[in-house]
Amino acid sequence: MEKIKAVIEALIFASDTPLAPEKIHVVLPEVEKTEIKEIIAQLVSEYNERQGGIILQEVAGGFQFRTNSELAQWVKKLKSTKPHSLSPQALETLAIVAYKQPIVKSEIEDIRGVDVGGPLKGLMERKLIRIVGRKDVPGKPIIYGTTKKFLEVFNLKDIMDLPNIRELKELHQQQELLEPGQGVLDQEQELMEQEVLEEAAPENKAEDTTEDIPTL
Amino acid sequence: MLSIKDMDNEQTTNYAIKLDIFEGPLDLLLYLIKKNEVDIYNIPIALVTEQYLQYLKIIKELNLDLAGEYLVMASTLIHIKSRMLLPPPEEPEEEEEDPRAELVRQLLEHKTFKEIAESLGSRPLLERDVFTRAAILPEEIKEPTGEDEELIEASVFELIEAFHRIVSQMDKKELMEIDLEKLSLTDIINEIMDRLSVTKNLNFEELLGGRKDRRRIIYTFLALLELIKLRMVKAYQTSIFGVIRIFPAVE
Repeated sequence: MEKIKAVIEALIFASDTPLAPEKIHVVLPEVEKTEIKEIIAQLVSEYNERQGGIILQEVAGGFQFRTNSELAQWVKKLKSTKPHSLSPQALETLAIVAYKQPIVKSEIEDIRGVDVGGPLKGLMERKLIRIVGRKDVPGKPIIYGTTKKFLEVFNLKDIMDLPNIRELKELHQQQELLEPGQGVLDQEQELMEQEVLEEAAPENKAEDTTEDIPTL
Repeated sequence: MLSIKDMDNEQTTNYAIKLDIFEGPLDLLLYLIKKNEVDIYNIPIALVTEQYLQYLKIIKELNLDLAGEYLVMASTLIHIKSRMLLPPPEEPEEEEEDPRAELVRQLLEHKTFKEIAESLGSRPLLERDVFTRAAILPEEIKEPTGEDEELIEASVFELIEAFHRIVSQMDKKELMEIDLEKLSLTDIINEIMDRLSVTKNLNFEELLGGRKDRRRIIYTFLALLELIKLRMVKAYQTSIFGVIRIFPAVE
């Protein structure tokens, strides 16, 4: 048992990207998936109790060792790279895509009140969002959704891990009930939404989905 | 208040500058609602419309590229205002909706997402707050860290207001003087950066020094917007609607 725990710890450490329990199961087929998850949970709490420099974090459908966020000021000095920041416009556009995906450009613009072509392009370049399809309405507008990298960068387990996303979705659905007339479209939306969420969820798709972004 | 006609001469129309730091008509409206401390569900549409149009004038005076969205919003506001002036129908066929309802819904949604964006930005971000063993992310995310916690970053609208206060204090006589001094935006940008390297921070008036002719003010303001956009300086204030001070972005 202790040996298996050590193996799992080593695997997570050696992985470049967040490691999904499914992948661990591939390496350790003799161990049940549920057992793997239990052992990971033990590891997570061990690192938490230790209150050291490293924590084991569930992120983007897998597990990854990350530095304690309270130690950022020192780690930053070591990594002297100066990353360029997301502008408030880009962040707001990203928030809308994250919470309302799948979403088309015009819907984002309705909320922001300004053209979002620039921010969308920037977010695509940073691979924080991707094209998930085209909406079946005149003009076939592009539908956007967030990527796995978005989850990694923003320290999220999956899309439903976004703060207050359930409340917002419920609110959204209530509004739709009050505004009939788009019923069919809404159902389609709902279906697509389901797909995107499943894609972003850890159980259903563990491989990297950010690599196959078609360019505009 | 300068009229558009005053400003609309060759001197100001021979340049056009496009800045994308303007946050859009909904942001401007939210700013006005906050500034006037009015209830978002019961917007005094006449007051807000008037102030909104004043801002459009100032933006126009600066010859900034006025995005069409601002004009669409202006017409929406005027439309709502006119609908509210109409007497209610004597025998309403169905429940009349408040003409402001749609706008309020839009404003609230916009506000919600602004707040969400803020909370997203304050999460422990990869390569900013947390680091992995060897995360090679060439396009990392970093928010400007606020060393001076008690300072609030000033919004563009507040800068415009500061600019407008100074322009309206100007002696009209000065407008007639012929200014032979050759000014370029680059010179002023360099000057601002030089002065900020000596003094730690300056307010807008100090930036101008004694020279308060119109061209100087406009150029200084445009230089400032450009510097903020390039993230070379930051505009802070100690309280909402307080005095705006300009700080160099890197110490």
